Amino acid sequence: MEEDFDTAGVKKKFMFVNSKAPYGTIYALEVLEMIMISAAFEQHAVIAFIDDGVFQIKKDQETSGVNMKNFSPTYRALEGYEVEKVYAEKESLEARGLSEEDLVIPVEILSAAEISELMDTQDMIVSF
Amino acid sequence: MALLHTVNKSPFERNSLSDCLRRAKNGSAVLLIEDGVYGALQGTSASDEISSRDGSIKLYALGPDVDARGLSEKPLIDGLELIDYAGFVDLVEEYSSVQSWL
Repeated sequence: MEEDFDTAGVKKKFMFVNSKAPYGTIYALEVLEMIMISAAFEQHAVIAFIDDGVFQIKKDQETSGVNMKNFSPTYRALEGYEVEKVYAEKESLEARGLSEEDLVIPVEILSAAEISELMDTQDMIVSF
Repeated sequence: MALLHTVNKSPFERNSLSDCLRRAKNGSAVLLIEDGVYGALQGTSASDEISSRDGSIKLYALGPDVDARGLSEKPLIDGLELIDYAGFVDLVEEYSSVQSWL
């Protein structure tokens, strides 16, 4: 029997948690695709960069020498995709010798404890 | 007989760099490639371990991987030399064998 799911107008709070470096694996690029898709369905989205994920938004990426697409400029377009807020974790940045000036987009810096609090308030956490 | 060690994982995510440094003999070379180049950054939680081997082993990082990850303007470990793909080939030729730490 076919069930009818009426999902029109349903809006959930999504949190996308990025924890992998950008080019060694495909995760970073795939999460970016998922964020775009969530926007197409008009969902409420926030993004957090933790652990090696903070390297995704490192400025000055220049990939012509490795024949890969530099997708870091795409993060600058996130505002246009109804992404409410972008966060980066303080401890992760510090352990990697990075500061706000190293990043390609403005972010709100949160401690690990604050990231945990934020996770508690979401309907859905997508983490790669 | 000296080995060329390559490390391709981020030192913040895996132990590959530590595992390598613990076993790399004096006179050998360590080349950081792919996500391994994050280990070339100075002033990180991982930099002391690799810095302490400067002088006893040769340290290299692959320039195109450093550039791709936006690290070209960041301070790198003292004594570490950036090389290109041709330099990689030269190292493979220079050392007796290649040990890849994955």
